[in-house]
Parts: sequence; C-alpha cells; structure tokens
Amino acid sequence: MTVDAPPSWATTIPHEPGVAKPDPILVVDGVNRRFGGLLAVDVGHLEVQRGAITALIGPNGAGKTTLFNLLTGFDNPDSGSWRFAERDLSGVPAHRVAHHGMVRTFQLTKSLALLTVMENMKLGATRQRGERFWGALLRPLWRGQEKEIEERADALLERFKLSHVRDEFAGALSGGQRKLLEMARALMVQPELVMLDEPMAGVNPALKQSLLSHVKQLRTEGMTVLFVEHDMDVVYDISDWVVVLAQGRVIAEGPPAAIGANPKVIDAYLGTHFAEGGGEALGELGPDERLEVDQVGLGEPLTPGGAADA
Amino acid sequence: MAAPAAAQTEDPGSTSTTVGAAPDPSAGAVRGRLLDLKETDASEDDVPVPGVRITVEDSDGQEAGTAETDSGGLFRIPLPGEGTYTAKLDEDSLPDGVSVADDEIEFTLGPGQSRTLLFALNAPNRRTEGKVDLFLQSLVDGTYFGLLLALASVGLSLIYGTTGLVNFAHGELVTMGAIFAFWFNQTLGWPLILSGVLAVLATGAVGWLLDAAFWGPLRRRGTGNTALMVISIGVALAVLNLYLYVFGGRTRPYADYRAQPAIDFGTVSLPPKRIIGALLCLFFLVAVATALQRTRTGKAMRAISDSRDLAASSGINVDRVIRFVWLFGAGLAALGGILFSLSQDVNFEQGSSMLLLLFAAITLGGLGAAYGALIGGFVIGLFVSVSAVWVPTELKNVGALVVLILVLLVRPQGILGARERIG
Amino acid sequence: MDWGLIFRSTGQAAIGPDACYYALAAAGLNVHIGYTGLLNFGQAAFGAAGAYGLAVAVVTYGVSFWAALFIGLLVSIVLALVLGFPTLRLRTDYLAIVTLAAAEIIRLVVRSVRYTATLGGTDGLQAFGDAFFRLNPFDGGSYTPLEFRPDQVWLLVCAWPLVVVVLLVTFLLMRSPWGRVVKAIREDEDAVRSLGKNTYWYKMQSLMLGGVFGALAGIVFAMSKQSVNPDDYGTRFTFTAVAVMILGGTARVVGPVVGSVIFIGVLQFLDVFLRQAIDAGLIPGWVPIDVNKVAIIRLIFVGATLVLLMIYRPQGILGDRREVAIRDR
Repeated sequence: MTVDAPPSWATTIPHEPGVAKPDPILVVDGVNRRFGGLLAVDVGHLEVQRGAITALIGPNGAGKTTLFNLLTGFDNPDSGSWRFAERDLSGVPAHRVAHHGMVRTFQLTKSLALLTVMENMKLGATRQRGERFWGALLRPLWRGQEKEIEERADALLERFKLSHVRDEFAGALSGGQRKLLEMARALMVQPELVMLDEPMAGVNPALKQSLLSHVKQLRTEGMTVLFVEHDMDVVYDISDWVVVLAQGRVIAEGPPAAIGANPKVIDAYLGTHFAEGGGEALGELGPDERLEVDQVGLGEPLTPGGAADA
Repeated sequence: MAAPAAAQTEDPGSTSTTVGAAPDPSAGAVRGRLLDLKETDASEDDVPVPGVRITVEDSDGQEAGTAETDSGGLFRIPLPGEGTYTAKLDEDSLPDGVSVADDEIEFTLGPGQSRTLLFALNAPNRRTEGKVDLFLQSLVDGTYFGLLLALASVGLSLIYGTTGLVNFAHGELVTMGAIFAFWFNQTLGWPLILSGVLAVLATGAVGWLLDAAFWGPLRRRGTGNTALMVISIGVALAVLNLYLYVFGGRTRPYADYRAQPAIDFGTVSLPPKRIIGALLCLFFLVAVATALQRTRTGKAMRAISDSRDLAASSGINVDRVIRFVWLFGAGLAALGGILFSLSQDVNFEQGSSMLLLLFAAITLGGLGAAYGALIGGFVIGLFVSVSAVWVPTELKNVGALVVLILVLLVRPQGILGARERIG
Repeated sequence: MDWGLIFRSTGQAAIGPDACYYALAAAGLNVHIGYTGLLNFGQAAFGAAGAYGLAVAVVTYGVSFWAALFIGLLVSIVLALVLGFPTLRLRTDYLAIVTLAAAEIIRLVVRSVRYTATLGGTDGLQAFGDAFFRLNPFDGGSYTPLEFRPDQVWLLVCAWPLVVVVLLVTFLLMRSPWGRVVKAIREDEDAVRSLGKNTYWYKMQSLMLGGVFGALAGIVFAMSKQSVNPDDYGTRFTFTAVAVMILGGTARVVGPVVGSVIFIGVLQFLDVFLRQAIDAGLIPGWVPIDVNKVAIIRLIFVGATLVLLMIYRPQGILGDRREVAIRDR
C-alpha cells in the first residue's frame, strides 16, 4: 500500500486544531449541539481545504455523524455558523444544502430498495423539470432532459462497475454494491464537496480497493472530499489531512503521518478504549501492538503497520 | 325556572366508534337525548347531561333494558318487541343541581317501532352554582378515568416498544375483559369480584396465546411493522363485530354493585365502587412501575424497548419476554375494561371507542417509552373529563385529540420518546 | 334460493356506485400509502371534505351545484394543507395515529349539535344533487340485465370515466420524475433529502392529490345516497378502502379498480347469498344466525380479509411477490 506524498500546503501550515487553510471551501465557527446534558458537538473553528481529501476520525461517540448531520441540515445546532463556498449555510434545510454543492452519504446505506439502480441514479440529478407536479404530467417537457440524465448516469455506472445491475432493484444488490451505488448517486448531484459517512464500513476487501480509487479519482476531478472513517489503513491511504474529534471537540489536525504521533490523539483513543472497553481503531490492535504505540509515542503513525512503508 | 321537554330524536350512533361496527340490528328501541336547557333561547347553551341512568321495565315490572346517557346526552335502549313499558330515570344519577319533574314515563311500542322519550329536566340555578363544583367533580371523575386509561395503555405501549407493533386491536382486549366478567357474573352467576379476577386471568391467557400462535409467528416470518399494523386493524374490525354478533349492541350492567348510593364528600360525591376501583388502579400502576424497575423480566422489557438487538445480544430471551408483555398487557387492559364497566356498564365497543384515547396516551408519553403510557394515560383521562367543563361534552374527546396533535407539533417524538438517529 | 337475484345483485354492486367510490378512495390511498409511503388512515376525512363541501355549499349557502363541486375539491385541498402541516414531519406510525385521530375529530365536530344549523348534525344534509339529476338523459325503465335505476345509470356514466381519469393521472405522474421522487420518499426520506429534494413539499403534494381523489370518492358516495351523514365517514370507510387497495395490489395503477370491483362484489354476494340461504332455511338451526346479523358478518369478513391478505398475499392481485420480499429484507 502506497501513500501519496502530502500536498505542500499540508506541510507548511501548523498542525494544530482550528488552523486556517490556504483555500478553505468549508469554514465552521462555534458550532454546538447538546443532547440533554451531553455536549455532542462543540467545534470552535474548523476549515476544510478545497480539492483535498480530509478524514474525520475519532472514537465512538465523538460526534462525527452529528457534525455531518448539522452541516448538512439534518439537525440544527444550538449555536454556531458555517460557510460553504463563501455562502452562509447555517440554518439552510437539508434539501437546499445539496443545491449549494454539498452532498452527503449515510453510515447505514440508504439505497432505495424498490427503485432500480438506474432510478436511484436519476434521482440524484438536480433541477429536473419533470420533478414538478404539473410538468410531470407532460412528458415532452422533460423527455429530453431525462435522456441527458440517463446518459450521465450510465457513464457513472460504468465507472463504478454497476452497469450490469442497471435495471435490478437496488434492494437486490450486495452491501458493497449498495455503497458504490450510494456514492455514484451522490455524484449525480454534481457536488463540490462530497461528505462520506464511513464509506468502507461493511465492504469486502476487494471492493474496498475499488472504492478507495474512486474517492481518489474525485480529488483528481477537483472535488473536495470529507469522510468519516474508522479504518486507519484507509485514512492513511487516501487522506491529505486528518481532523480528530473527541467528545465533540477538534483535538488535533494534521497530515496523516503526524496525527498518529499526537499524544492527545493517543490519549483520546486509549482513554475511551480503557474507559469503555471498545475504542474501535485501537480495539483492532492486539495488546502488544497497543503497548508499542504507547511506547513509541511521537514520530510513529498510529496504525497497525499499514503506513510503515511510507 | 322549569325548562320544558328535553329530548329530541337522534341517531344514537356512538360518538367515537373507532373501528366501524355494523348498525345494531335489534327491532324496537326507545331513544332520546337529555339536555339541560338553559334559560336563554339559544340552543347552543343547552348542555347534554351524560351519565344519567334510564331503566325500562315491561308491564310485569321486569327490567327490559337500561342505559346511561353518553357524553352527548344520548341514550338508546333496545327493547325485545311490542308491548307496554315504563321508563324510569334514576334521579341519583343526575348531576347536582339538575332534577327531573317526572321520573317515570309509561309508553307503548308497536312492532319494530322506535320511540323517542321526553324527560323534562329543570335546571333552576346551575349557572349560579358555578363551575367550581363542576370542575371539582370532573377532576374526580377524570382521575378515575385517567388511572383506568393508564392501566389499559401500559400493554399497548410495551407491545409497541418490544415488538414495533402498533396494535389497533388493543381496545378489543379492553372489551374482552369486560365481556368475560359479564359472562361469568351475569350468565354463570358468580360474584363480580371473582368474575373480575377470572376475566383478567382469562384475557391475559388470550394475550399469551395471541402472541404464541399469531403475532409471534408473524414476527418471526419477518413481517414488516406497517403490515403488522394493517393486520391488527383487520383483527380489530373482525373481533369488534364478533363481539357485536355474540354480545349484541345493548349496553348491559353487571349484577353486583349497580346502584350504589354515592358517598357525599361535600362538593363531590362518589359511589364506593369508584373509590375502590381507583385504589385498585393505583395499586396496579405502582406494581407495574415497580416491576419494570426491579424485576428481571421488567428490566428486560425496558431493555428490549430501548434496543432489541442489544438486548438479544446480551442474552435476554426476547421472545419469552415479549410473551410476558402480552400476558400482562392483556390482563391490565382487561382490568381497565372491567373497571370502566363498573361505572359505565358493558358495551361491545367500549374498548374500540377508547382506542384513540389510548393512542393519544402512549403517543403523548412517547411511543414505546415504558413509563410514558402511565403518565400519558393519566393526563389524557384527566384532560378529557376536565375539558368537559368548558367544551360541549360531545366534543370532549376532540379536545384530547387536538392536544395530541399539538404536542406532536412541538415534540414529534412524544414527551418521553427518544429521537431517531439520522445517519 | 334465487340465484338470478344473487348474481344480479353481485353484478350490480361490482360496477355500481359503491365499487366506484371505493375505487376512488383506494386510488387516493394508493397515492398516499402505495407510492409515497404516507400511512394515511384518515381518508374518510377527505371523503367527508368533498361530500360536505358540496352539500353544505348547496344546501346551507345556496351555491350552484357545479360551483359547489369545486368547493368540495377545494375543501379537501385545504384539509390536506391543514392536516399535512403538522403531521408530515412525523414518523410513519405516529402519522397513522394522527391522521386517524384527525378524521375522528372532523366526524365528531360535524355531527355535533353545536353546528347543526350549518352542517346538519347527525341528520346530515339532503337534496343537493338536483341540478345533476335534472340533466339525466336516461328515462324510466330498468337497465337490463342488472336493473339499475335511471338516476344510478346517469351517475355511473359520469363517475366511472372519472375513475379512468384518476387512474390516468396516477399513471402519468408515477412514470415521471415526480413519481420517482415520491416513490423514493417511500423507501427512505433522508436519502432523498440529501439529494436536494424538498421531501416535505412532495409529501404535501401527494397528500393533496390523494386527498382530492378521496374527495371525489366522497362526492360520488354522497350523490349515490343523495344524502351526506357524518357517520358514513367513519373509520369503516377508510379501512374498507385500505382493504380494497391492498387486495388490488399496492402501488399498482389499476389496483384500486380491480380491488374494488372484486371486493365490493364479493361483499354483496356474501350478503345476498346469506340472506337467501337463511330465508330458504338452508342454514341448520343450531347455527346462531339470522337475517339481521348479515350486516355484521359482512364487517367480520372485511376484517378477516385484511388479515388473510396481509399474511398470505400482501402483494394483492396485481402485485409482485418479489417486491414484497425485497421490502422485508
């Protein structure tokens, strides 16, 4: 497994929480979300670099998915604001967020089971004339646009190797295929920023490689990717920058190589590991390896070995 | 001043049938409507008088039928056929401040004929007597009704919590208890207390069987929650009409404790059966809460309501616990039904007309939240009764349902319910 | 036993006004439940909106029949907006309860003494359809072989094409991108929101569309009885329509008509057959049955049909077993 060299901006800016990026597409300020007494998200300042792949990691219950929900309008914060591509998106409802070029996927895949794969894809296209009630009744109004959309969808299906299941019900696909479909469907929106919530969860190793290359391909095409992931191999492999969330706060930021060495990060993971007996990233490590991480401390990445050949 | 006649012909359809029932097929009937006429001419000031007992005796002095006026002041007494009858109004059942000039009316009925009876009510000074007394009395009535609803809705809530089934047939379990008790008491002639205990046990057993033979297998087949809900609607419709078929459309009282003289507590008065009934409710509610909190099965019920998968993976025998939920849920519903009939008599649709209030109760509490039903039921029962002080009685259930919708507007997940996780 | 009567009566019911308005009501529910996944158990309220909108406008306010028809439809749209505003955010199970409750609220208010002057109370309202029946081109005599009355024939000649129009609109919408969005909402609303669709508004449109279908059902119902009564729009109306929809096949365009013709036909067959059998003394004496209880048996049958259909053939007559299997995965 090879890791690409980090982009130059990632090496020049300080590796600290809330650091300003040279060309941020998303800027989050003072976002708070409380559930009862629990402060689930408490992000003071966070910037996401345009055209980069940023990983959002953290122990279970760190508030990663809640932050996703807040940024995409699926939940409302108690306070705070955020700007996406120079537009204030705070308080914008979920369906409008997508129109601004920000689209997300879900941790539990939401393929629309009784729609075919093609219908799933076509749903992703925005500003369809045929989606208006009265327009829908008159086919000539939308037939041309529908054809364009179908061509675009076919191209994406080809790329994601789903062409052969084009007319199957999405509910009949395997778990991995559904993940692929969900990502492809999100791209139908033609977003600037794709937010993936655990894209690799439950995907078999063979498909995982293909998913990884798709994500990298997005960056090549100029899209920005923000993703939540527990699999540290994946994080090291594809991300340009890593943001670590613990108990709702950003506790560390930096390129992947630097992040594993950060004692705060180790504390956060080990702390929850020992406290709850179930920190996921480290839970995968054997006891000896865990000890090793603890001893090695600074300088060595927090990984079961994947990044050793960096 | 004496207000004159106070009855008018009405279609005596029930005021809140939940699952459609066939019209009562019996031949002859008397019907009427008791209204407390105000001094003004405006008919909207007339207040229907609920809970008044009318008994009809045939020419031999044998009782031919009896009914209490419902929330709209309506009563309907099906009669066996032609003949001469005497209708008697039970003056003790009239609210304070209302009296009747002539409490007996003799009438004849032709074959297949229906008649409307007129009892002249006079209500000299109710307005001056004030709403405070009325309020206190409705507070007391509401407490009884609220406790009873709480009891009946526990099962509905726990069944939803543990299995995901929104059981539209829960009202039929309530009725089942009342009918079983009626059967033991009136047909077999056993004392009501024994009959009640047996009816609760029998209905509990039916609940157990329902889960073992019907809902459990459906669940294991992987039937979706919406499908289960529709199935329960079908069950409710079929069973309700089965009751109508077997029990008939008449409202019939138990043999014991019928016309208990009320004990006067100053402004409010209560028959002892209601006090004992309320205490019984209270006892069982505390018992349920304690059981949920302390016993292994109770804790398991709550755990399954929180997260079924987690509970199953931590070694709880989910199916066994669900069977207990059905056993206890059905038994408590039956008890609620019997206590209801103690004051309102037995009717084939008493449970189904309560169903929406039960839903309101558990929705208010948050669907599936273990203690939500207890609180929600009590609040709804109290609200329904107390609102009758200001709202026309025929619309008092409307108030509760509107409150339900308003609460959901503010908190879509109910008062105690948990939000769903997105993503 | 008069088999001629039995079959004539069954045929009459199968293409008669009952089958017609239940087809319309079920077509509305099909839009709500079948395509959009909105568990609306308050279809009776939309029926009442149409019927009462029409009747009250004509009887109480003296509006002309034709204008009143539009008022009926308008009332159902307003009802959809009022009902949808608070409820469309709710989870499916809450929605089912709340729509049922809303329909009951409406029925209780309509039948209350307080509004008798306007809404007719429990006596309902009559004589609002004269303008329609004056146009009846069919003269006296019975229309063999089913022996409909002339005014019934006139109503059916107008109402069944209405059903065709309703199904056509459903067909056109459901093959369009609009239909795709609506069906996607049924599968997973959050996914659709994340793709930039205003799901709340789509659900509202769906509620209005199916509500208008329900209002048409109520209008046909009212015209066939030439009377409106609050208790006609109780839960029995909704649940019969649900049974019809499921029998025909959920999310199948012609499902409501197939379901309605068969279900209403079978109900009538059962009814007349039982009455005949009892009259002819074909039922042994130990069976506790008499003619008065046939109406009850009908309803037991409706309930049992719902249960058995959902268990053994949830896809109905026209549905696809495979789809049910995928849904339950």
